[in-house]
Amino acid sequence: MLNEQTVRSLEAQAKSLRMDILKMLHASQSGHTGGSLSAIDIMTALYFHHMRHDAQRPDWPERDRFVLSKGHAAPALYACLAAAGYFPAEDLATLRRLGSHLQGHPDMKKTPGVDVCTGSLGQGLSQAVGLALAARLGGGRHRVYALLGDGELQEGQIWEAVMAAAHYGLDNLCVIVDHNRLQIDGFIEQVMNVTPVGDKFAAFNWHVLEIDGHDMAAICRGLAEAEAPERPTVLVAHTVKGKGVSIFENKAKYHGVAPSDEELRFALQTLGA
Amino acid sequence: MSAMIATRDAYGQALVELGRSDSRIVALDADLSGSTKTAQFAKEFPDRFFNAGIAEANMVGMAAGLAAGGMIPFASTFAVFAAGRAFEQIRQSVAYPRLNVKIVATHGGITVGEDGGSHQSVEDLAIMRALPNMTVLCPADGPETAAAIRAAAAFDGPVFVRLGRGKVPVIFAEACPFAIGRGVTLRAGGDLTFMGTGLMTAAALAAAASLAGEGIDARVLHFGTIKPLDRDLVLQAGRETGAVVTAEEHSIIGGLGSAVCEVLAEGCPVPVERIGMPDVFGQSGPADALLEHYGLTSTHLVAAARRVLGRKG
Ligand SMILES: Cc1ncc(C[n+]2csc(CCOP(=O)(O)OP(=O)(O)O)c2C)c(N)n1
Ligand SMILES: [Mg+2]
Repeated sequence: MLNEQTVRSLEAQAKSLRMDILKMLHASQSGHTGGSLSAIDIMTALYFHHMRHDAQRPDWPERDRFVLSKGHAAPALYACLAAAGYFPAEDLATLRRLGSHLQGHPDMKKTPGVDVCTGSLGQGLSQAVGLALAARLGGGRHRVYALLGDGELQEGQIWEAVMAAAHYGLDNLCVIVDHNRLQIDGFIEQVMNVTPVGDKFAAFNWHVLEIDGHDMAAICRGLAEAEAPERPTVLVAHTVKGKGVSIFENKAKYHGVAPSDEELRFALQTLGA
Repeated sequence: MSAMIATRDAYGQALVELGRSDSRIVALDADLSGSTKTAQFAKEFPDRFFNAGIAEANMVGMAAGLAAGGMIPFASTFAVFAAGRAFEQIRQSVAYPRLNVKIVATHGGITVGEDGGSHQSVEDLAIMRALPNMTVLCPADGPETAAAIRAAAAFDGPVFVRLGRGKVPVIFAEACPFAIGRGVTLRAGGDLTFMGTGLMTAAALAAAASLAGEGIDARVLHFGTIKPLDRDLVLQAGRETGAVVTAEEHSIIGGLGSAVCEVLAEGCPVPVERIGMPDVFGQSGPADALLEHYGLTSTHLVAAARRVLGRKG
């Protein structure tokens, strides 16, 4: 049930998670700022509204699964998992340190709540297809969500998995594309054009929805509508890389650069206001 | 204190210079041109640069086609994606037909650092060494990288070059000669031999200097070519010093240590200690801390030297 109050509280949660992300990136002075901020509204809706999961039981077989196929947005995932109670918030400051359970890219063997290992782009969706097949074989009612980068869609393996998901009629699988139009070397359309995204999924017989990936109500509605009989769904989420802090927005430079002291101060001021 | 240069920076510069003197040189990348340093080439020769996007397999396939069409392609991405994601394209489209493609893989080994084990290639040398027709280079510093890149361009056939992310000490002179298949003696010595590759050669030199203080005379050899390995130099060192310590920023399985053991076992069996990643994946952390954690420092080489001397007959 989506009411005004739920939406407001999710928006407040997302703001607080943005601050957690920037603080942990600042502490490690290493990691991916832009793609964590573009994804966090979507992940907030998943972890704090839509997905069925339980931090007290990270191994609950019936939990919905989340695959962060764009694994470099690990800070966004860790912020969500800590806030949901999978591990103490203090751990966030150990991001990327030697011995930390918070690796540069998600590691299912180290971090409670992480469902698969990702980081090498293009591989997550195939794993999500496997998880969805396993859910169906096991008779589970849980669903599988996979978050993909738009640059990541350039990997051929993505389209092999897109084909397979439609072939098997995986209606328990939902992909969200973080369509922020940027990759590392610049704008997707200039580096290697993979647009229009929605049409490609539609051609593979997917159920396609286009949403504003920073409009919390639209995200929640999209996730609720992401069910079509015998077809997987993709939410093409139009987003802004670095969203929420003007100095990081739409800049390729902040793909893999952590905030400096001054940038963090500015960001926390903006977000805290 | 010697100067510090990242081998990938030396690559970016050398590639631009090659591009100026030979219009057949083309470069390809997979959305990492700022990191692999092919961006410099892209800037000066936009018509001869092809960004495949995040599509390493297609990048290697396109490089094969460019080579078959008479160009000399240099294709770059991180080592883990070059030797990993694009492996079979390298095997079938490049090595099998012996096409003139140069794969220059940056960010090899654990000194990738904070990105963690998913991004730290500890197996690329082993994978590439196992391919027939493949030449495998792993230079130690900036000047040797520039020379290796020039040698790779002049050589007709597939070459895999492994480079690193961080700055490493310069040990070779600016006008360093590089001959594919030849190791070099960096320090004479008769008690044991350190055989290094990549950034571990600098650690071997430091270890030899520290052993010299105790009156132990260690020879130091550097292998900028892992394949074809300089068998004669390895066998000579085995015969003359009777004990060997290998050092590489790579798994102890399948890289320099294995290659040296293969040669020595057949031609001159002597005790060997292999220093490298002990058959484990890496993890996140600062590069230096990781080298320490996994035992890849001059201190660990000194300890390995003591062990191997203890085993010497
Ligand atoms: C197979 C592979 N190739 C290259 C990389 C290096 N890399 C990390 S992030 C990135 C760009 C990702 O762009 P996109 O998918 O659009 O993500 P976002 O914009 O959401 O950060 C690249 C090339 C990688 N992690 N995996
Ligand atoms: Mg993007």
